[in-house]
Amino acid sequence: MTSLATRSVAPRNPRKVRIGDSLLWVYTVIALVFLLTPIVYTIIFSFNDSVRSNTVWEGFTLHHWTNLCDQPGICAAVGNSFFIGGVSTLAATIIGTMMAIALVRYRFRARSLVSLLLFLPMATPEIVMGAGLAALFFLLQSNGLDGFAFGYTTIIIAHIMFCISFVVVTVKARVQTLDPVLEEAARDLYANPFRVFMKVTLPLLMPGIISAALLSFALSFDDFIITYFNNGSTKTFPLFVYVSASRGVPAEANVVSSAVFLVAISVVIGMQIVGAVRRKKYGA
Amino acid sequence: MAIAGFSAGAPKGGSRGNSKGATKSALKGDRKGAWIAGILLAPGLIYLALFFLTPLIQLVVTALESPDPSYAIGAYVYDLNFYNFVDVATKYSLQIIRSFGYALLATIFALLISYPLAYFVGVKVRRWPLLQRMTLVLVIAPFFISFLLRTVAWKQLLAVGSPLLDVMQNIGLVPHGGYFIGTPAAVVFGLTYNFIPFMTLPLYTTLERLDGRLLEAGSDLYASPFKVFTKVTLPLSMPGVVSGTLLTFIPIAGDYVNASRDFLGSSDTSMIGNMVDQDFLSNQNYPFASALSVLLMATILILVSLYVRRAGTEELL
Repeated sequence: MTSLATRSVAPRNPRKVRIGDSLLWVYTVIALVFLLTPIVYTIIFSFNDSVRSNTVWEGFTLHHWTNLCDQPGICAAVGNSFFIGGVSTLAATIIGTMMAIALVRYRFRARSLVSLLLFLPMATPEIVMGAGLAALFFLLQSNGLDGFAFGYTTIIIAHIMFCISFVVVTVKARVQTLDPVLEEAARDLYANPFRVFMKVTLPLLMPGIISAALLSFALSFDDFIITYFNNGSTKTFPLFVYVSASRGVPAEANVVSSAVFLVAISVVIGMQIVGAVRRKKYGA
Repeated sequence: MAIAGFSAGAPKGGSRGNSKGATKSALKGDRKGAWIAGILLAPGLIYLALFFLTPLIQLVVTALESPDPSYAIGAYVYDLNFYNFVDVATKYSLQIIRSFGYALLATIFALLISYPLAYFVGVKVRRWPLLQRMTLVLVIAPFFISFLLRTVAWKQLLAVGSPLLDVMQNIGLVPHGGYFIGTPAAVVFGLTYNFIPFMTLPLYTTLERLDGRLLEAGSDLYASPFKVFTKVTLPLSMPGVVSGTLLTFIPIAGDYVNASRDFLGSSDTSMIGNMVDQDFLSNQNYPFASALSVLLMATILILVSLYVRRAGTEELL
């Protein structure tokens, strides 16, 4: 892959291509500015000295950052989102990683059926899954299964469900790049299967598993539609934003979103830089 | 960076990775291998059967219910009432047309905007891996900020009296004294914006794998840059185009945040999702909400299978 990647594309007509090249650079810059505009806006307006609706710039303040929980309900909602995201991510990552390993490493007859079942949740609109789950939970509740009352449980069940497929896809890509020779070497050195898995397979899969976990946490944390159909009286952060949207989203919501964004983007950029340094050090 | 959506049409040879003759016993599917695979798959399969398939079945069952004879609000009995489908299809024909129309437009716009971007990241800046990775991070940056808040941000950025709306009025995109938020154009704009990363990532994944030597060969044979693009680059990136368009079209057709009144839409832009929300959560008309959801799902499945067959990419996962 790297040997191909470093090969440049030799143009036949240099001048024509150079114009096309700089146009592409200009285009990319414009497109990125377009993509980033609402993000920058959201961050700037987290510092807006506004009282109720956060639509007009009133001056700079750190008040919303330092007194976040003064806004009723927001801290509880964010706490719920972290809790639900954490539990869902843990469960979906374990279930999905197991499936990914099975799909790459073993041949079995129902393989295409399993792939289809994993693909379908990604091809189903959220509104359909949300309404379907709510209909199912209604049925279970009306049959006396109070454990399925709308709230944390139903939200977590839903989030695990839609995260699994994304975990499988992400981890699968990593399992495919894994060289089985390494595991074989461990076996040759008399490691038992459990030890091979813990000492060789799992560490090698870790980057994929971590990306998958981050992705499912992001999906869970930002999910609105499915949660909205199954939340009962439990409020997550997106629900807080949705409910407040009709009378103006308070600046505190911008604070939460900006903080999450800044942490996430630093982690990702950090990972990229570490990865780049490592590649330079050890070769590709 | 494995947040690349699903990698459609991975090159056939590469899908086995570096299996240099190893794990033969496991791959052969002997009894022990199948047994382990079964254990590894079981939790996930049971989970998806319970909480993905069963809800869909329950949705179909609910869609066939009729009002309870007592006419209590929210009480229904199961009686194979297939007319619900006819009823919702006629009652909500406008919303159905809008959903698929908006989804089609937004998908096309997202493709047109994303392709050059993905080409830049995947092909143009290959020589500088760090720059490549950083631009990719910027492309997916919108994922890290709340979906609802970035939509609210556009609502305020394009509200009446905002500098951006003034610009749009001055160049004639919006009539003077007119508004943008609440129009179908605003909804399509928001949908396009919100789903661009879903389009760019799969495109990037296929373009990044594109062998630079093929492009070289094209221009060595005196093909113009345009011809190299239409004869080499575009055909080879079709798997990315297919999965990108699916990844955007499907969620857009079911989206209702952008179209709702508190965000970029108005009562004149409501889509299928808005109606499902209204019938399910406000009117407690569960049969109608379910029938409409089933209709949406069925239409999408039909469209997707036709599209995938036509585009010839079977390996979606």
